[in-house]
Order: sequence, then structure tokens, then C-alpha cells
Amino acid sequence: MTTAVIEPIVTIRSRTVVMPSTNIDTDQLIPARFLTTTTKEGLGKALFADWRYDADGKPQPDFILNRPEAVGCRVLVAGRNIGCGSSREHAPWALVDYGFQAVISTEIADIFRNNSLKNGLLPVVVDETTHGWLLANPGAKVEIDLASATLRIPGRAAVSFPIDPFARYCLMNGVDELGFLLSKDAAIKAYEAKRVS
Amino acid sequence: MSAPKTMFEKVWTAHEVVPETADTPAVIFIDLHLTHEVTTPQAFSLLRERRLRLRRPDLTLATMDHATPTRTEQVFGGAPITIDSAAKQIRQLEVNCAEFGVELLGLQDARRGIVHIIGPELGVTQPGKTIVCGDSHTSTHGAFGALAFGIGTTEVGHVLATQCLLQKKPKTFAIEVDGSLAAGVTPKDLILAIIGKVGVSGGTGHVFEYRGAAIRAMSMDERMTVCNMSIEAGARAGMIAPDETTYAYLADTPRTPKGAAWEAALARWRSLPSDPGATFDKAVHIDAATLEPMVTYGTNPGMVVAVSGHVPDRKGDSVFDAAMKYMGLNPGEPIGNAPVNVVFVGSCTNGRLSDLRAAARVLRGHKVASGVHMLVVPGSQEVKRLAEAEGLHEVFRAAGAEWRESGCSMCLGMNGDTVGKGQYSVSTSNRNFEGRQGVGARTLLASPETAAASAIRGRVTDPRELLS
Ligand code: SF4
Repeated sequence: MTTAVIEPIVTIRSRTVVMPSTNIDTDQLIPARFLTTTTKEGLGKALFADWRYDADGKPQPDFILNRPEAVGCRVLVAGRNIGCGSSREHAPWALVDYGFQAVISTEIADIFRNNSLKNGLLPVVVDETTHGWLLANPGAKVEIDLASATLRIPGRAAVSFPIDPFARYCLMNGVDELGFLLSKDAAIKAYEAKRVS
Repeated sequence: MSAPKTMFEKVWTAHEVVPETADTPAVIFIDLHLTHEVTTPQAFSLLRERRLRLRRPDLTLATMDHATPTRTEQVFGGAPITIDSAAKQIRQLEVNCAEFGVELLGLQDARRGIVHIIGPELGVTQPGKTIVCGDSHTSTHGAFGALAFGIGTTEVGHVLATQCLLQKKPKTFAIEVDGSLAAGVTPKDLILAIIGKVGVSGGTGHVFEYRGAAIRAMSMDERMTVCNMSIEAGARAGMIAPDETTYAYLADTPRTPKGAAWEAALARWRSLPSDPGATFDKAVHIDAATLEPMVTYGTNPGMVVAVSGHVPDRKGDSVFDAAMKYMGLNPGEPIGNAPVNVVFVGSCTNGRLSDLRAAARVLRGHKVASGVHMLVVPGSQEVKRLAEAEGLHEVFRAAGAEWRESGCSMCLGMNGDTVGKGQYSVSTSNRNFEGRQGVGARTLLASPETAAASAIRGRVTDPRELLS
């Protein structure tokens, strides 16, 4: 498993963008009408399209991603249970294409979390106190260290977050899981040989 | 000696190519990979980039449903497909399937339909199988005692190339439904009530097993409606133990084993149900007899009330306040006050023959209220054929509803079948997220019966008022 296919992640240092809504579903992250694409590229402009633009496609000036303080931010702090709904991988593709490297919440939906890990977008689940502080302090400078799986906020104690060791290995080395699966070919063949269908 | 096992554990263990370790997830073999046009193009591109072949064409099946037109002239008459990018995506699937050797039930195939409707119809959905698809409502197939869940496009690529997935073992969650549903109360009402109780993230990290007398009493169509919406409570999969109802359904389908192979399969399937005394990580109990027809009032499927009830008052809760603003409803008002502009009967939740029969039973002899646009979209071409054979399309047309070719259609509005901004849609689909059925569309999820009754009255209506 040596092919580096995604940008390796070691440390993310960034100010945060805060979107406090609970249950931000994947239809909000990217509405279905943008899914008729056959590539992954360029989806960043469709990210949060229905919140970000008005009916004529003009930016909504109050929406956080249209505000100057959001420029260059790589970390999204979202309300509880982000990524629920559809399995569309277009959601993390859009976040990554826009420039995000990590999403922080108290709960992150299963399929979205899996899809994020496969695209170099780090899902960070934190406790409610930390989350509450992050929601109340938009634009805070944070540092996410993947090796130690900790989130550091200046002036506060470091917070560790759960991360599957294999996913961490893949993220830190820019390796994807397909290489690992392909390396199991002998085991797959053996399974296929004894499988009843 | 061996501890009692849940059905999930039995299916999981039987598919471990390499068990999970502290450092690596399990390698799980996939028995059936269903694919469609929206979540596969980038996966096929990955195969090309990495110079990989499709490992198991015999376990892979493709159809097109999400972006496909539902207008007959566009499906069969050669009229141009309204949305260019959708037409391109459809063509790309044809190219990919031809290049990699995937069986494709294409646009004009009589067996085409929503992927979660045709799997069971063909009989490729079977007890004990692992089934995946780049679609979160793959949970539907769990109604047969399969372990079926949605995956992302990268994982679609993994399955195409290796027929395997890397997975961490989820936890188990028993949903015990005792008693029986009252007349006019449907499995859709039950699953909406379950989501209301468990919450939209209550099932995260878990596989549901629906159990109890009310589930046993259900037909396969009804069980599929329940399992379909497991994901709306955050659970990737929902399973129901196979029984005689399951076997009777499958015996009539074209792709199940026949003869001695059928007997052998039956023997295997009979060993699948959870052992007595098997324990689950979580459980909830619901008494089916207490339920009423349900409808959603907000912007997630857990925001649900009885059709005869009131919008709750949770002012100050940010999710609730945002939902009220989006939906244009008032806390405390009867949900029956909600106007209705559009009614959609269809989707992988309620687009099967029994659903269309249920809607027709309410509509027969009535007219859709003036100003209401009702769209009935069968879940598959086979459902369409069977519905037309018994004249259901005539009932819908006589009432003033539109009758279309099969597809996902207004469930997600990708093909141009959308609900207008600010309009209220009573829909038999599964998601009422902001903009799900069109930009600014306001969706109220309900059963086919409630949808039909609401179409007739032009406001949200308890179908029992029309069925007495
Ligand atoms: S009918 Fe709706 S929920 Fe079902 S597969 Fe199609 S788009 Fe998804």
C-alpha cells in the first residue's frame, strides 16, 4: 500500500468557520441537481448552494462562506449530526474542493464520515463542552494533530478525538484503502473458492 | 457452548474474508453489488486510472433510476432528455457497463426501475447476502434478512475491483414492535413513528433488527418500507428475519435458485434468524396498536406528528425554529391546516404495487382537489405493468393525477420532476430535507393513503376519514 493518491495530512492549522445548524444533511452540503456530474472536480462551487446563493445565483451576503472572515479557513465546525442523509460522496468532494480539511462536530453520520476519510477530509468528533466553546468562538485558531489525534485550541487543554488507526495510517501517508484491499487478493480468492452462492 | 448470535452477527461472520484486528478493519465479501448512474462514474474512472478490471461481473448489476426521465416520450419516444447533464450521465453508465462487462437494465428495459425495487423483484435480493449500492436506501434489502447498506463512490470502486469492502463491525439495535397496526395505519406510519422516537441520529453506528408481532404480520412490500427508512434514523442497515412470507415472495421471482438449489438455500436461510437469547447493544419497544397515521411537519424525518395532531411548540430549539421558518408553519397549529400543492406517490419507500393499490383505493371515485398537482410514479417498469394490468392507472388518471414511467423522480428532483419554491408537497418518499424535492420545496412525508386523501381534500388529511 504505497501509492500516495491523496494529499497526506499531518497537522491542520486554521481558523474555524462555524455553521451551528444541527443535522446538516448531505442535501444541504450539495443539492441533488449538482449530482449529474461524472467527475469529482469543481464541486466546491456547489457546496451549500441553496444557502449560499439566491435564486439568481448571487451570493447571499450574510451566509458565512460568503463573508470575508471565512476566506482561507480549512476547518468547519458544524452543529450536531452533520452529514446525515444520502450516501453521496459529492458532499466531501465539495467540501474538499472548496478547501476544507476537517469537520468538527459532536456527532458525524456514518456514511459521510467514511466518505470523508477516503478523501482527505478529517472528521473530528469532540465532547459537548469543547463543541460549545467552538460554536461560541467562530474564527478561533485551532490545530489538529493527526499523529496524536488531538485538537489544540490556544489557552485551552488539548482534546483528543477518536480516529480509527487504519484510517489514520491512510490519511497520514496519503495512501488509499484500495491498495490494501488489492493486497488481500489471496485471501479473497480463498474465500471465493469456499463460498456457497 | 457457542453464545446465542444475532442475525447480523451470523451474516457478518459468514462474510469475513479477513477479520477485524486492532489495526485494520475487517475485509468483508459482498454478494451483490447494485449500481446506478449517479454514484458510479467516478468509480469506473478509478478502475481505468488504476488499470483494474471488474472482479465479479456475475455479482454486479446496474440500472438507471435517479436522473432518468419519467415522461414516456423521453423514455421510449426518442424525445430529448430535458437535462443535458442527466442525459450524459445515463450515456456514461451505458459506456461504463459495456466496457467493464456489467449487466445493465437500461432505459428501455422492461426490468428497469429504482434499484431497491428491482433487486427484490428479480430475486437477486436474498436472505443472508451482503448487498451494497452507492445509495443510502440500500437498507431496503434488509427486509429479506440480508445485510444491506449504502456506500460512497470510493467504496463502489473498491467493490468493483475486489468484491470486498473494509468495514468496522457496527453495533446492533433491536426495534421491537409488538401488537398490530390499526386499520388505516400503515408500515410507513410505523417507521415515521420509530424515527420520531429514536431520533435522526439515534441509530448511528448500529444495524437495526426489526422484530415482533407487527413485523411478522407484514407483507414483504411492507417490510421493505420499514427497512428502507432505517437510514433516516442514522442506521446504515435494518434487517428483518426471513420467514415463510419471505420464502413465498422469493419463490415467485426469476433469479432465485430453483429445484434442489432452492431447497439448499431454504435450509441455509432458516438458520439465519437471531438465536433465542441473543443480545443487542440497544433496544426500543413500540406498541403498534397505539399508532395513528403520521406525517412530518419539519425538515427532517424525525419531526413527525399524527395526521390528526398539531405541530408541536418547541420555540427556542434552533432546529425547530429553522424548520418552522422554512416550512411556513406555526407552532401549535393543527397539521391538517397545512395546504397541499403537490402530491407525490412513488419512490423506493412507497413505489411498489401494494402502495399504488393503497393510493388507488382512497382515490377511486374521487377527484384530486383543484390546484393540486398529483404525480404517481411506479417504482419499476414491472410495477407499472402490473398496476396497468389491474387498471390502477385509470383510477389515477380519472382522479386527475399524472401517471408516469418509473424512476426516483420527485423523491429527489434530479431529473427535473420538482416541487416549486414554497409549495407544499405531501410525498410518500423518505426525506423532507430543505430543498430535497426542489429549491425551496416544503415536503411532508406520509403514507400512500394519507397522500391520496390529502390530494382529494387539498389539505393534509387522515385517510381514515375517506376509508370508512
Ligand atoms: S427513490 Fe429516492 S430515496 Fe429511493 S433511491 Fe431513488 S432517490 Fe434515493
